[in-house]
Amino acid sequence: MIDGNGKSSIIRMFHVHQNYGAKRALIDITLDIAKNEFVFISGPSGAGKTTLLKLFYLAESVSEGQILIDGINLSRIPFKRIPFLRRKFGIIFQDYKLIPTRNIFDNVALVLEAAGKKRRLIQKKVRSVLRLVGMEDRQNVLPASLSGGEQQRVAVARAIIGDPQVILADEPTGSLDSEAAKIIMDLLKGVHIRGATVIIATHDKELIRTTGGRVLFLKQGRLEGSAFVEKHYDGAIY
Amino acid sequence: MMALFIRRAIEDTLRNRLLNIITIITISLSILIVSAFILFFINTAEFINIWKDGIPVMVYLKPGVDTAELSDIKRNIQTISAAQYIRYISKQDALNSLKAQMKRQSSLFENLSENPLPDAFEIRIMLPGHNWQKMESFAAQIESLDQVEEVEYGQKWLERFIHLIELFRFAGYALGGIFFMATVFIVTNTIRLVIYSRSEEVEIMRLVGATDRFIKIPFYIQSMFQCAFGALIGLAALFISFLFLTSNVEQGLFSGFFQIRFIPMRILLTIVFCSMLVGWLGCYLSLKQYLKA
Repeated sequence: MIDGNGKSSIIRMFHVHQNYGAKRALIDITLDIAKNEFVFISGPSGAGKTTLLKLFYLAESVSEGQILIDGINLSRIPFKRIPFLRRKFGIIFQDYKLIPTRNIFDNVALVLEAAGKKRRLIQKKVRSVLRLVGMEDRQNVLPASLSGGEQQRVAVARAIIGDPQVILADEPTGSLDSEAAKIIMDLLKGVHIRGATVIIATHDKELIRTTGGRVLFLKQGRLEGSAFVEKHYDGAIY
Repeated sequence: MMALFIRRAIEDTLRNRLLNIITIITISLSILIVSAFILFFINTAEFINIWKDGIPVMVYLKPGVDTAELSDIKRNIQTISAAQYIRYISKQDALNSLKAQMKRQSSLFENLSENPLPDAFEIRIMLPGHNWQKMESFAAQIESLDQVEEVEYGQKWLERFIHLIELFRFAGYALGGIFFMATVFIVTNTIRLVIYSRSEEVEIMRLVGATDRFIKIPFYIQSMFQCAFGALIGLAALFISFLFLTSNVEQGLFSGFFQIRFIPMRILLTIVFCSMLVGWLGCYLSLKQYLKA
């Protein structure tokens, strides 16, 4: 699937609606995200940013419309193939979602274990990724003993260890101070440079200005617009 | 991969120690009771085996049966019962034998004007597969012969014994069934509690691309291990009780006549295997329900 700029699409949505009973969380969303794009999904709280991300990795089934992930139609994917589809994504949650009873090493290793990788490869790769996020010396501790910024770095490590095609980050810097947020954003930029598509849901305009990328603006469940923002752009975003 | 699953199962077991200990104790008690019944059945069967030469049966003939008819009667009895042993006892032989047995009361026989005893056949019948109910059928068939007056095989004692065995067998099946269901229920609920306590972990595993198989296998290992361990403890408790009872009771009660023996290894292994199967079933039921949700 090639878009107008000659890049192939990794995510395509056609007239997607998402309803929770009478409540309409997403209304008629149609969009394209190309491979290796750096995209922000922005908008105020309750605009539907998290819902949109959840539809990508099938945490929720779409009420209406079609979604294609790397050419796979999500409404036709067999239940047994869902785990394999999810391996295309590295997901960073706002609340980190680290397993509290497992140490940092095991939390990160889980992705490769689930993919059936060999023990030796897992050990080598986990150490390398933990080194990349600056958490190598904390690999044996439990998540509860880490700060929010450190937990988010572990979550980034877990998201990137499987070399996913797409990184989905839901408010990755929402609860972090500016220094910790910069570390996380630098890591995500690094992953983008290495070829991954990065999609970040955020309401933080400053984060978008300092990073730059395409911005999809959601408001009350509707896609209000799409624009490219240069790094260090100092004008109004929306 | 299996090493990883086993490691995770062990970690999870240790993490939920109290819940697992309660489950193992319950399984042990169930296995202890069921295997106590198995032990009883094995030894009852052994006890019954004492009549290896068959059950002694007396066939009393009507008065005035012609000697020429005896071979026909003998053949008929043999056809009906496939008796291993058959011996004709004439009324005179019977009287002589009785006199020999009752030497001290010989005066009783002095006033006898005629021999009151009937001619008889003494037979021994082997029952295939210890099917004691067949005895009744054989007796009725022999009794229906024209020349036969009565068949005696101590039926009241035998019937009582059969009824007792049947009662225990029925109680064993009923208890076995109840404990089977109880164990499945307990394992199902334990695994369900463990899964619910780890629901966040399971959700995270799913989100990072873990297949259902990857999530399920450690639970299966955990529940089968619990049941195997519970079975071993239950059997060990039974063995200790068995040693205690046999050292105190056997010598006095059955010395030289009958030796109580423990459950053979083949059956012990079957019990452990069945217990693991119960663990698998309990786990299957709870996981099926949870992962579907």
